[in-house]
Amino acid sequence: MEIKVISEKCNGCKICIEKCPFGAIEMDANGKAFITERCNLCMVCVKACPVQAIEAIGERQKKTSAEGKDIWFFAETKRDKISYVSYELLNFARNISSQINQKVCAVLFSTKSKGEELSQQLISHGTDRVYLVEDETLAEFRHDIYVCLTANLILKHKPNIFLASATMLGRSFIPQVAARIKTGLTADCTDLKIDSKTKLLLQIRPTFGGNLMAMIMCENYRPQMATIRPKTIDEAPVIPGYKGEIIQESYKSFSPTCRVELIKKEKTEQTIDIQESEIIVSGGRGLGDGKNFDMLKKLADLLGGVVGASRAAVDAGWMPYPHQVGQTGKTVKPKLYIACGISGAIQHLVGMQTSDYIIAINKDSNAPIFKVANLGIVGDIFQIIPAMIKKIENNN
Amino acid sequence: MKFIVCIKQVPDTMEVKIDPKTKRIVREGIPSIINPYDTYALEEGIRLKERFQGESIAITMGPPQADASLRECIAMGIDSVILLSDRAFAGSDTLATSYTLSQAIRKISDVSLVICGREALDGSTGQVGPEIAEFLGFPIITYVKEILNIANGFVECVRLMEDHYETLKSPLPAVITVIKEINEPRLASLKGLLKSKKANIPLWTKNDLGGEDKSYGQDGSPTKVADIWAHEIKKEVKIIQHDEPEQSAEEILNQIKDWGFAIKWK
Repeated sequence: MEIKVISEKCNGCKICIEKCPFGAIEMDANGKAFITERCNLCMVCVKACPVQAIEAIGERQKKTSAEGKDIWFFAETKRDKISYVSYELLNFARNISSQINQKVCAVLFSTKSKGEELSQQLISHGTDRVYLVEDETLAEFRHDIYVCLTANLILKHKPNIFLASATMLGRSFIPQVAARIKTGLTADCTDLKIDSKTKLLLQIRPTFGGNLMAMIMCENYRPQMATIRPKTIDEAPVIPGYKGEIIQESYKSFSPTCRVELIKKEKTEQTIDIQESEIIVSGGRGLGDGKNFDMLKKLADLLGGVVGASRAAVDAGWMPYPHQVGQTGKTVKPKLYIACGISGAIQHLVGMQTSDYIIAINKDSNAPIFKVANLGIVGDIFQIIPAMIKKIENNN
Repeated sequence: MKFIVCIKQVPDTMEVKIDPKTKRIVREGIPSIINPYDTYALEEGIRLKERFQGESIAITMGPPQADASLRECIAMGIDSVILLSDRAFAGSDTLATSYTLSQAIRKISDVSLVICGREALDGSTGQVGPEIAEFLGFPIITYVKEILNIANGFVECVRLMEDHYETLKSPLPAVITVIKEINEPRLASLKGLLKSKKANIPLWTKNDLGGEDKSYGQDGSPTKVADIWAHEIKKEVKIIQHDEPEQSAEEILNQIKDWGFAIKWK
């Protein structure tokens, strides 16, 4: 297939240039669009052109229509408990299931003592079926074993959709599962929809550093796989009396082996996961120095929250990476987010804009951070934050 | 012992501006750079070669212009480079990209370690590393922050997860993806720059790679981009400027309390 511009029809409006996800269209000397070698044949320009001046020559190869049933999600656990991200996936899965009338099923790996209890928890939040694999080795994330079990379960039961969380764990092993099954995988989605006509999964994700949103489809392969960015949806609530079934799958029948040996496991210096905190006080370039984060730490402690940081602050070495909020750090959705001295580059905004309440303090009244803030204070953080700390401390 | 570094040439998304009037992305004049996360992979490839002897090789799949990024790799100190470029690769998603890269790696003998950055700046999928591992049948360690040792056919690494580190030992050959904590990438040397200018960049096309035609490019790509639009944020905002920081502090604390948070102050 090839994409071509019909010069006679092109009116030079440049809409295709703006729409092209790959920056593959340029204007020639005559003011007509032409397609460069960066073209990825995605067809976005063909649809976008208002005067039908771009055409695809030769059809995209059609595959036999793929079969699959039910919506699966990978239920992540943490220290023998169901992780909150599993309930976020369940919420997405239930939203979709209402539109295509398919069952919501969890894949759960657990130790023998906990499997039944954790399965019941998933069911009580609205899971129709749990595929449970139990073994003592599953207490820890073993990459090869997780890939083997997940891929084999998919091959055995052939789901239509498979969701996993875009945690470091999900992002590590799910791509390998997709490659083994030879199906498509969309990373880091922030929204999922069902196409009303085709019933295909529409996978929506930020791209290009968060500047653009892209909608991805996987037409001819099953399952349609996606990882979902944590903290982009609420957790599925408990549904009293919800009934589901547990399917025991034998660990041994898949004979998983692990080539990589775990020698040691140790906590990171900071044991707080900022994604799990309800209040985050974040600092950016405006802090000017690493030691000024002490002030934010003090305020965060008084408010019962934790400290976050922009990419600029992490790059400057003022805060360690696990605190980074944004496209290349963590996405957070706390109840309260206080941005101090953060200008608000798009790559930061995509990581915190869904917080319930946002307060921004910045000297520059034009800072983009004010676009997402519920309350924006134009002022000097070095005066305002100490004043807040003093007022709270006066009460204690 | 060969250390293969997979890199991607990307538009510098940090340079992207949104036109305030049209709300559309301004693409003109955005420079192409080596994906910043891949510079850590390059640095590690060079260091491993210095530490354990052998050869460092950088490969990339991309348009002919990606040649410029490979020259930068040589300038940094990478021994040799290969450009994978062919019209047949157009339309590749992460699966087809990984297949193409893995076919190239298969052609190189005596590979010990394949090193990738954690993700690319433009797509941010982080999928190519694990998918290459699958196609090659190599074990993988993701999010590596330190390589402790390579000896007796094994590599020992420390990797980062959300709230802990793991020390892992994998047989070679293996794939690793690295994070920026692993090193500080060096700048190009003058000698390297001179070498990079003169370097002959080998070009491998689909015919050189062999494998199945249907696994390349668009045919080998299960996913497709159905639509794309500029990310817009709309929100009602209250912006306030007080003369006294005391007033600002009071305003913030009042607002936090109004939102229902338990907070007391004097």
